[in-house]
Amino acid sequence: MSAPNNNQRHTIAVLVDNEPGVLARVVGLFSGRGYNIESLTVAETKPEAGVSRITIVTSGTIQIIEQIKNQLRRLVPVHTVSDLTIEGAHVERELALVKVSGTAGRVESLRIADIFRARVVDSTNESFVFEIVGRPDKLEAFIKLMKPLGLVDVARTGVVAIARGPQAL
Amino acid sequence: MAYEEMTGAKILVQALIDQGITDVFGYPGGAILPVYDELFQQNQIRHVLVRQEGGAVHGAEGYARSTGKVGVVIVTSGPGSTNAVTGLADALMDSIPIVCFCGQVPTHLIGNDAFQECDTTGITRPCTKHNYLVKSTKDLARTIHEAFYVARSGRPGPVLIDLPKDVSLGLGPYIPPADVVHKTYQPRVEGDRALIEQAVAMMAEAKRPIFYCGGGVINSGPRASELLTQFVNMTGFPVTLTLMGLGAVPASHPQFLGMLGMHGTYEANLAMHGSDLIIAIGSRFDDRVTGRLNAFAPNAKKIHIDVDPSSINKNVLVDIGIVGDVTRVLEAMIEVWKARGYKADAAALADWRRQIEEWKGRNCLAYRHSDEIIKPQHAIKRLYELTKHREDVFITTEVGQHQMWAAQFYGFEKPNHWMTSGGLGTMGYGLPAAMGVQLAHPDALVIDIAGEASIMMNIQEMSTINQYRLPVKVFILNNEYMGMVRQWQELLHGGRYSQSYMSSLPDFVKLADAFGAVGLRAEKPSELDDVIKEMISIDRTVIADIRVDKAENCFPMIPSGAAHNEMLLGPQDKAEQPISEEGMVLV
Repeated sequence: MSAPNNNQRHTIAVLVDNEPGVLARVVGLFSGRGYNIESLTVAETKPEAGVSRITIVTSGTIQIIEQIKNQLRRLVPVHTVSDLTIEGAHVERELALVKVSGTAGRVESLRIADIFRARVVDSTNESFVFEIVGRPDKLEAFIKLMKPLGLVDVARTGVVAIARGPQAL
Repeated sequence: MAYEEMTGAKILVQALIDQGITDVFGYPGGAILPVYDELFQQNQIRHVLVRQEGGAVHGAEGYARSTGKVGVVIVTSGPGSTNAVTGLADALMDSIPIVCFCGQVPTHLIGNDAFQECDTTGITRPCTKHNYLVKSTKDLARTIHEAFYVARSGRPGPVLIDLPKDVSLGLGPYIPPADVVHKTYQPRVEGDRALIEQAVAMMAEAKRPIFYCGGGVINSGPRASELLTQFVNMTGFPVTLTLMGLGAVPASHPQFLGMLGMHGTYEANLAMHGSDLIIAIGSRFDDRVTGRLNAFAPNAKKIHIDVDPSSINKNVLVDIGIVGDVTRVLEAMIEVWKARGYKADAAALADWRRQIEEWKGRNCLAYRHSDEIIKPQHAIKRLYELTKHREDVFITTEVGQHQMWAAQFYGFEKPNHWMTSGGLGTMGYGLPAAMGVQLAHPDALVIDIAGEASIMMNIQEMSTINQYRLPVKVFILNNEYMGMVRQWQELLHGGRYSQSYMSSLPDFVKLADAFGAVGLRAEKPSELDDVIKEMISIDRTVIADIRVDKAENCFPMIPSGAAHNEMLLGPQDKAEQPISEEGMVLV
């Protein structure tokens, strides 16, 4: 058997015990073994069971992606590892806060925000903060358009993702 | 049900007793003193006081590997835990079950750069299977029992518990092991039935099959080695073992081809290269085994059985990967082989055997004997010949040429009798490991086959060995060089022996005396047998300083970056096959 060498982007959801050090374990695994992290988000999703959900976007060959999942499964506090990219359709969302400063491009930035369905969450005489939600490529397109209009700061949450349909992880 | 309240220190000792632990290795210090106070007040657990914490972990590793039990270590905070790190990394690489307790500064001081504080869980996270910082005594008993469960389940490994001093002194409930069930960690032990059926069918069709088995067979317990030997007999297939797997099939077995890999036998490596089916059992396609990956066993289908799913398809893509405990999977495979009435392809197998016999005919382990100077290979060979009649011989090694010669020339008939640092390659492993083995097997003949450079790395444990009257034999192949470093410098770096000569070595005979042991020395081949016999007959610790040929290299060798069929069989080959540029960067 030979491995295809092209890199693929995968979104992996990991349910873990919400205990001290669990994020360090996951991040340490990626850095220690030289895997990529394109995005990582984490928050407690089942407080009653003390379970957190980590969403990782990573890239690598099929073999590397398999390794990543198997290595994650090996961590003691990990409950489940699902590769949303291969397990059927899923929804991915990311939120960004985008700050645009200056007076020259104010009207234009509002117009573009409208097209992207971004909301203004803060405003001064010379700035806006937009909140935009969508897939990462949508956010990137919006940020690119804001650049000439006085973009000064961006904060992004990283990707969260969930499978479509009735099934839970 | 109400649990009995006790101090954390008492919980620890009670938990060890309930886990069936009788021996622990450790070194006291400020943060762990409450535990030592508790150890003082009981008689069920023997504590072995090492001379440096690294020795404690290797001691526990030797103990664990020779008994199949979990090895236990107790050290203090800060330097106590950092000294233990090498041993933990070693145990992780070789999948040895260890539970290590580290003292820690009290919880209210954590993060304050207190005296002898360090971020032990942070430092040890990548070199343990799992670790815990216990912040409340009420969690301690559960954590300890979980730690033992994690250490010995699935692919075994070291687990560390960081124990703040206030947690040791505080009160909490003692929960017995039976009441602790791990929520998430449930490694798979039964292999997938359909895959097992497919794998066995593939075996029945193979023309040039080979079993390639490793430490996973040993770790699965002695029954796995019995089953493997049985399966080897039933199929008639040849078998090779990794450094970690030696003893899984008796060395005297006619189908055993010796160790494979960088310093494995010609026949084992060529059989791997020429095979059409590799049945990998509890082995992990390590780079020392595979050689250049894109030339590894090019025509072989591969079946891989391992308890750790991440070992499958990691380095080499396989056709069938079966996740499960080796014992259970082998039981199922043998059952399928019998039930389906499979027979190996006798004609093809006879041809295959003929081919292998031809490779064996190269006599790859041959060396030029000398009457003037002791050849290191000869020294190991004589050691083997003069001890093989005994059932109770345990061999540990340090790391380097002597280790490879020991693997090549000492025959292991049973599992758990060979303790060597395989994955991490830790010089200084052998002496403390031998101490641990001897402690578990007081009447056995325990020999640390050492090099003069490695032995210096943990020589302080001679003092521990003396204290507990452990009759360990230290068999030093003394060539006054870091032999393997010197060999690589000769092969790869134009003979520029940068910092590999060991000058100002101690007089090992006097050193033995200083540590209350007996020192012996052999300088000529004619003295060798007498020294070995004397060493064995003395019922005390012995250091035997065997002065060997300083220039001898370890062959056969697959140079780095080369494939199985590009072995160097001896010094005459090395000029013809220069090391490739890709090979130069490999270790």
